[in-house]
Amino acid sequence: MRTITFGEALREALHEEMERDETVFVMGEDVITHGGPYKVTQGIAERFPGRIFETPIAEAGIVGVAVGAAMAGMNPVVEIMYLDFITCAMDEVVNQAAKMRYMTGGQASVPMVIRLPCGAGRMLAAQHSQIMESWFMHVPGVQVVVPSTPGDAKGLLKTAVRSPDPVMFFEYKRTYTSKGEVPEEEYTIPFGQADIKREGEDATIVAIGPMVQKSLEAAVLLEDDGYDVEVVDPRTLSPLDSETICESVRRTGRAVVCGEDSSFAGATSEIAAIIGENCFGDLKAPVVRVGSPHVPMPFSPELVKHVVPEVPNITAAVDRVMS
Amino acid sequence: MSLSVELCKTMYKDMWRIRLFEEEANRQAILGNVMGALHMYCGEEAVAVGVCANLRKDDYVLGTHRSHGHCLAKGADARLMMAELFGKATGTCAGKGGSMHIADFSLNMLGANGIVGAGIAPATGAALASKMRGTDQVSVCFFGDGAAARGTFHEGIGLGSLWKLPVVYVCENNQYQQWVPRMNVAVLDSVSDMAGAYAIPGVSVNGQDSVEVYEVAREAINRARKGGGPSLIEARTYRFYGHSLGDEQQYRSTEEVEGWKTDRDPIKTLHSFMVDRQWLTDQEDADIQDEVKDEIASAVKFAEDSPFPEPYNVTTDVLAPAQEVG
Repeated sequence: MRTITFGEALREALHEEMERDETVFVMGEDVITHGGPYKVTQGIAERFPGRIFETPIAEAGIVGVAVGAAMAGMNPVVEIMYLDFITCAMDEVVNQAAKMRYMTGGQASVPMVIRLPCGAGRMLAAQHSQIMESWFMHVPGVQVVVPSTPGDAKGLLKTAVRSPDPVMFFEYKRTYTSKGEVPEEEYTIPFGQADIKREGEDATIVAIGPMVQKSLEAAVLLEDDGYDVEVVDPRTLSPLDSETICESVRRTGRAVVCGEDSSFAGATSEIAAIIGENCFGDLKAPVVRVGSPHVPMPFSPELVKHVVPEVPNITAAVDRVMS
Repeated sequence: MSLSVELCKTMYKDMWRIRLFEEEANRQAILGNVMGALHMYCGEEAVAVGVCANLRKDDYVLGTHRSHGHCLAKGADARLMMAELFGKATGTCAGKGGSMHIADFSLNMLGANGIVGAGIAPATGAALASKMRGTDQVSVCFFGDGAAARGTFHEGIGLGSLWKLPVVYVCENNQYQQWVPRMNVAVLDSVSDMAGAYAIPGVSVNGQDSVEVYEVAREAINRARKGGGPSLIEARTYRFYGHSLGDEQQYRSTEEVEGWKTDRDPIKTLHSFMVDRQWLTDQEDADIQDEVKDEIASAVKFAEDSPFPEPYNVTTDVLAPAQEVG
């Protein structure tokens, strides 16, 4: 199978969905002239004139416009340059997009995707490196999608565009250039379906976003210790495929939950709680979370090293649940 | 539709529909049948009817937390609205929205809104949808003078102007931001003066005069429909009731309120306008009011007789029912 980057996979998904459905359009800052900060929207203006809108710096306006366009039958895909800036449009996401269907008794449909470049890695410090998945997991009415591979990114973005409800689509910045296999033929990946990225018998690692790749690397190292670990990628955090996660944990009896975000009240907290509630009788050790400490992202690389969890944090956590 | 006897009678009747619907809703709230917030539109009726008289069924309207008038003027069914205020399953929003979230998508009334200024960008978005589809639908966003202080006003109107969208921004300046006189917290007296910052036409109009509102809105809506871009209309108006139910209104005098009710009631204003031109007889006036009273009585009966939602409805409409995507 051919190999392309995460960014290219997203771009392909956008082009294909715009080709398929003429109500799909793109909106965001710098999306035409610069092709977006990570070039995902490159080429759209040439191929789909009139269906990409470069905006002033006005996140609340952009997302609010998308909500209205979506309610009026269009299908906007918004790019927020850095996830951190979505805080400027929280009302539009939380009080408007998320609640319209419910508040109107099912009359409203808000089919929109908000693409969110997120996470650490480019020395951009506290206001350009956040993750915030759990903020949106907590809001009923929005879906939270976190692809970890180019193949998943394409299939999930296509599903996101076709979803009749709002989607927060998390794209970890360091992942854009990573490569992976992406089928050339048409495919989509359903929401709420976790993927077992590696099968194993001794412990389950549930890993979010870039922690999937790190967990796969950790799994190879752990083989030397004689541990055969399973790696489960939820792919969507809301809806969350609790069934696949719990089924794996019941089988292995041990669970490590990994995310790059703070473990405190984070996505990993929710997954750990679900495992605790549903698999207590099968657990041979307490669930362990791997994540960042509860601090803003610092600037200095020497400090960042102590924030973003890496492979050794995962192997140490597996050692803990195995001992 | 140009100004005519028929149009005036429609506006007159619609103002009575709004007035009596709300007075009844207020009474039902005191009886305990209507719960939660009830923001009364009484006194501002000329704005909703004057603007909506220019709209087609497929034009979009977005409202505020004070939107009973916008819904009724757009043609919403008083029975379904009253049922919604009662929290019944037959309500416009199946009992999930209440007064602040009434919407009727069959009329492209895309919703009242509990957040001040939150409809401005979505109305702009609906206008973007019309423009992209190549239809000549117009979007109208009603909002209060308080919303003009919000960033959404700036961002929403800025985008509407940038893309020359078919949208009309209608500010209902009722002179109070909740419990605060507007000029205690605003710099510009006239919201329409802000239009210049967005390079769009801005005009202030007597919001107690439905004919004047109609004429000004007509020009703005026609311009939008023909591709001329957005406009900002400030309707200077007044709310006869407090901000919401139970407001003691210590921020204004009884004399002030009574003065507006006596001299500047929009229903009286249109009544005089029509009587002066011999466009309305006493008999016709009585007939219109009787019809509206019947409509509101039937709305209450419908609401009373309707069932409450079932417990399972708590979890429906969060997302669309699961469907195969692919």
